[in-house]
Amino acid sequence: MLRYTLLRLLGAIPTLLLVIVLAFLMVHAAPGGPFDAERALPPDIEANIARAYHLDEPLPKQFLRYLSGLLQGDLGPSYRFRDHTVNDLIGGAFPLSMKLGAMAMALALVLGAGAGTVAALRQDTLLDRVVMGFSMTGISIPVFVVAPILVLFLAVQLHWLPAGWSSTTGTSRFVLPVVTLALPQIAYIARLTRASMIDVLGRDFIRTARAQGLGTMTVVRLHALKPAMLPVLSYMGPAIAAILTGSVVVEEIFGIPGLGQFFVRGALNRDYTLVLGIVVFYASLIVLLNLVVDILYGVIDPRVRRR
Amino acid sequence: MSLLTHPSVRTSGGILLFVALVALLGPLLSPNDYLTTNFDALLSPPSFGSARFFGTDDLGRDLFVRTMLGIRVTLLVAIVASLVSLVIGVAYGAIAGYVGGRVDAAMMRVVDTLYALPFIFFVILLMVAFERNFLLIFVAIGAVNWLDMARIVRGQTLSLREREFVAAARLIGVSPVRIVFRHIAPNLIGIVVVYVTLTIPQAILVESFLSFLGLGVQEPQTSLGALVDAGVNQMEGAPWTLLIPGGLLALVLMCFNFLGDGLRDVFDARHVS
Repeated sequence: MLRYTLLRLLGAIPTLLLVIVLAFLMVHAAPGGPFDAERALPPDIEANIARAYHLDEPLPKQFLRYLSGLLQGDLGPSYRFRDHTVNDLIGGAFPLSMKLGAMAMALALVLGAGAGTVAALRQDTLLDRVVMGFSMTGISIPVFVVAPILVLFLAVQLHWLPAGWSSTTGTSRFVLPVVTLALPQIAYIARLTRASMIDVLGRDFIRTARAQGLGTMTVVRLHALKPAMLPVLSYMGPAIAAILTGSVVVEEIFGIPGLGQFFVRGALNRDYTLVLGIVVFYASLIVLLNLVVDILYGVIDPRVRRR
Repeated sequence: MSLLTHPSVRTSGGILLFVALVALLGPLLSPNDYLTTNFDALLSPPSFGSARFFGTDDLGRDLFVRTMLGIRVTLLVAIVASLVSLVIGVAYGAIAGYVGGRVDAAMMRVVDTLYALPFIFFVILLMVAFERNFLLIFVAIGAVNWLDMARIVRGQTLSLREREFVAAARLIGVSPVRIVFRHIAPNLIGIVVVYVTLTIPQAILVESFLSFLGLGVQEPQTSLGALVDAGVNQMEGAPWTLLIPGGLLALVLMCFNFLGDGLRDVFDARHVS
């Protein structure tokens, strides 16, 4: 188990390095400098700014400087928010995004696995068709279409829930963002669970459990659920990435001051260091969480470790 | 089941054809164009009397014509992006599968590594760093979506290269490059068609996501994502500006997903869903 974990950890290093190199090169290959948008400055001042941000150094040296900063956990200064470092900005905005993401993920797992299991147990009935129909719809409709439509009906027309983040401070302001963020994941996890649950329910050990006189619910809870959730577990990596991407849209629509909103603002303002920092941060987070999923997979399914 | 009798292939294919036709020919039926602003008819609701089938937007431009233009742009971006990913994916997968051995292992290792990257953030980064033009959107989205294709094509090629006709071609001295592109590639068409159909909705999603954030297609051009973005700002007073493009976007995405699923049933006998 330790060997497996170490091997996985080593495997993550090239991926992370690739992320950093790609992101760094893209930002630095951009035509024009980060301060071009402003009024033309005297050349001396321009040279001073370039020196202050080490932009006058050759690219490999800049990269090494950035990398050594990263190793010490320093993402550098923001180009636009002059008095803040990228670390400050991410540290201030990320907890809220994480809270939203974690809630959405929990909701998606519970509802998705539940709906998928029910559909599998009632295979080919009307209930199954309805669940699967909803799930195809949920997968197909993008977050940025669902979110405003939900706001329009539930908040603007019916006044059941607050429309924006800042209009209230209660927990009710979490409902719409979390539901919107979770919806496509609920749909996808329901499909995955249904397929693998049908597969598992057809196995011999389930027949044995049934033959011992156990009720359907007991069989599902004690015997079928764990093996049936393996494909869902391996979907967790992409799901986390999808929720992070979705949070960019959801935060923009609901006006939530999280990391996603900073990312979009940074992108539109051409705040290169901030955008680069967030990309590196998000990518490392995804690689790290993928790693956790891989290791968990090894814990749950011993067959994987031997490969 | 064959191509034309499969229910979801027929229905979703039919709807898509209809939508594409209307998007191409529809604007001819309307007296309006997508650019002209009319300040006497800002945000007027849909009505057939004044030939404003979908109403107007906040600048008084005709939403029917703009929506049709948006569908065209969205479909064009998605199809071209999918072709880019098709070319990259098929070439990469076929080479890895045909050469095999260490080269294959190394090439697939690269694919695995790339899978772990949050590509959408790189696409956004590209859009931030460079001038936002159409070509770049195509290439960026295509460059993101080729991984699945490469994997599938490699798997197929691995089994194809053991077949007699490949051995025969090798025996009479056909060059490896020619074998890959003239003998193996044509046998991949079925499966490639299926995965291109499933890549198109992904490309549509990326494009509309970018346009929604204001990083994709720029005014006065438009796409379904850009229209939804504009509609969000007007939805309280003029819900049709959101609901019509949003509904059409959802419809197109759903049809592509059902079409891909159906085509997989038809072409890919191993995959029984």
